[in-house]
Amino acid sequence: MILWQTLRFAVGGLAANKVRSALTMLGVLIGVASVILLLAVGNGSSQAVKDSITSLGTNSLTVSAGSAAGGSRSVSSVKKLTVADAKALATDADSSAIKSVAPVVTTSATALYGNVSYTPGSVVGTYPAYFETSNQKVAHGEYFTNDDVLGSRKVAVLGATTAKQLFDTEDPVGKKIVLGGTPFTVVGVLQAKGGSGFTDPDDVVIAPLPTVQNAFTGFGTVNQILVQASSADTTTAAQSEITRVLLGTHAIADPSKADFRITNQASLLTARESTTKTFTVLLGAVAAISLLVGGIGITNIMLVTVTERTREIGIRKALGAPRAVILGQFLTESTLLSVIGAGLGVAAGIVGSHFSIVGIKPVVIPASVLGAFGIAVAIGLFFGSYPANRAASLRPIDALRHE
Amino acid sequence: MQHVIDNRVPANPVPVIRIRRLTKSYGHGDATVHALRGPSLPGTDEPAGVDLDIEQGDYVAVMGSSGSGKSTLMNILGCLDVPTSGRYLLDGTDVGHLDEQQLALVRNRKIGFVFQSFNLVPRTTALAQVELPLAYAGVRSAERRRRAMAALSLVGLGERAGHKPNQLSGGQQQRVAVARALVTAPAMLLADEPTGNLDSRSTEEVLGLIDGLNATGRTVVLITHEDEVARHAKRVLRLVDGQIVSDVRQAPVDGPPPVLAGLGVPA
Repeated sequence: MILWQTLRFAVGGLAANKVRSALTMLGVLIGVASVILLLAVGNGSSQAVKDSITSLGTNSLTVSAGSAAGGSRSVSSVKKLTVADAKALATDADSSAIKSVAPVVTTSATALYGNVSYTPGSVVGTYPAYFETSNQKVAHGEYFTNDDVLGSRKVAVLGATTAKQLFDTEDPVGKKIVLGGTPFTVVGVLQAKGGSGFTDPDDVVIAPLPTVQNAFTGFGTVNQILVQASSADTTTAAQSEITRVLLGTHAIADPSKADFRITNQASLLTARESTTKTFTVLLGAVAAISLLVGGIGITNIMLVTVTERTREIGIRKALGAPRAVILGQFLTESTLLSVIGAGLGVAAGIVGSHFSIVGIKPVVIPASVLGAFGIAVAIGLFFGSYPANRAASLRPIDALRHE
Repeated sequence: MQHVIDNRVPANPVPVIRIRRLTKSYGHGDATVHALRGPSLPGTDEPAGVDLDIEQGDYVAVMGSSGSGKSTLMNILGCLDVPTSGRYLLDGTDVGHLDEQQLALVRNRKIGFVFQSFNLVPRTTALAQVELPLAYAGVRSAERRRRAMAALSLVGLGERAGHKPNQLSGGQQQRVAVARALVTAPAMLLADEPTGNLDSRSTEEVLGLIDGLNATGRTVVLITHEDEVARHAKRVLRLVDGQIVSDVRQAPVDGPPPVLAGLGVPA
């Protein structure tokens, strides 16, 4: 029997029950569209996390106090990080992988401007190198300079959120704010970076290190030292150089007993990526289940169709239709259901991915489109084969007598 | 008429149908019902089975009341059902030894069915109905169309080729079924109460067609319970409780069917 003829019969069979066929296709459509869309959402969110981590600067390393191994030794023996440590890193002759060093102290204080009072997320005291290392760009005004650091001048750069809270629509540059009792002149406003987590990176006031130490924290320890590697590829080299220098300044012989910790953005990136991968797999599994349900819908409908058309099958067998033809006809019908359903599902998935879903811009994975379509068609074949087989193996006399 | 019908005189005298000791029973043990049993074996209650030969070109009416086994016989003759025991030779081939695939081929090539309830494929035009057996036989599209059109014009429905079953009257549907049965030029036409659902005018039309087919050499086996219909046959078998109780020849095998002979149509 010619393929074309089989196809025509299959289309005729589907057209005979339009609503039923349409609903079955809808099942497959939803399955395929949800596979494509949910995977795109998962992929989009992982892309977003990756972008936001990259925006923090991939070649920056953060040195903070505390045991890398964690826990076992007493707090008193932990030596805090100091400005001297940062100077040692900056002046070390052998450290070619280290580009710049910025010690950082963090505190909090309430800022006042006129009668507006606002407490920014953090007040940071550091060196100008901090801006480049942490990928902070000034939107308006200027950064503070090394001269400002040396002169302990009372100048500050505001994060976008802080500027908005204090000044609203006013231009903050050149204005004076009072931060914890100390007056500061605003010299610049940073570009908004946008947050991906719970803390807003734009809710910050950045001022020269000695100024903040003088006003708030005192000249003891620093919270962390931000180190910029010369490139993203040399972060590992920079990390070992930092370890070597700091073990020297802290007079520790055994690297496993180091009293500082070095984290880099790359390791953060891989951690976040594995989280989003789990998320994507979970979404994919949910979507795959809906695809499976669509497939069961096909089986159900094909079984109904076979029962309904038992008599017709009997007639065809009496006219000499071989088993293969009957099998082919019902398989073609179920495959047609799944192919059309999957095709529409692909269209729906791709159209749907142009809208942002719960704040995430979906990014379609091309392999998921092909995969979902292929699996849907395979499901049509697989789930259609049971009813088709049942139809084909009916004895002609039983089929003809069926009412 | 001649372009569809294979008019050759059979070269071999082998009967089209030869059944030997054929039985068909349903159920097991005490609940066994013998739909076809033939006479009992001497001294026992065991069925001996039905013996029957039908010659090439014969026109046989099988009569009997409901439950006499005539439909069972027809289903076995048409290879739609398999006998419980006994042999069935169709055109010299032992059908009992054929597998499903070969049986489909036999039904397609050697047998044309006409059913009481027409049994047309729903939602399919008359032309496509008639093309169906040819399609299963693997005939090419153009040839298929030509032969199907010829068969439809033979039954007088040439201009209704595009109609679907629900657009045709009962008589027209049965004529489409006749066209479908003869389009493959089968050795035998099996008709199961072909006029059971038809009014008297359509009955005459359909029987006229079947008479005409027999007159051109086609073997016809017709199942009926009406004497009016049986009058058209050359030979009448009566079945009672799965046994052939009478076998009456009304006209010679070689001649035209009795009704046509009465009208003076030459053999």
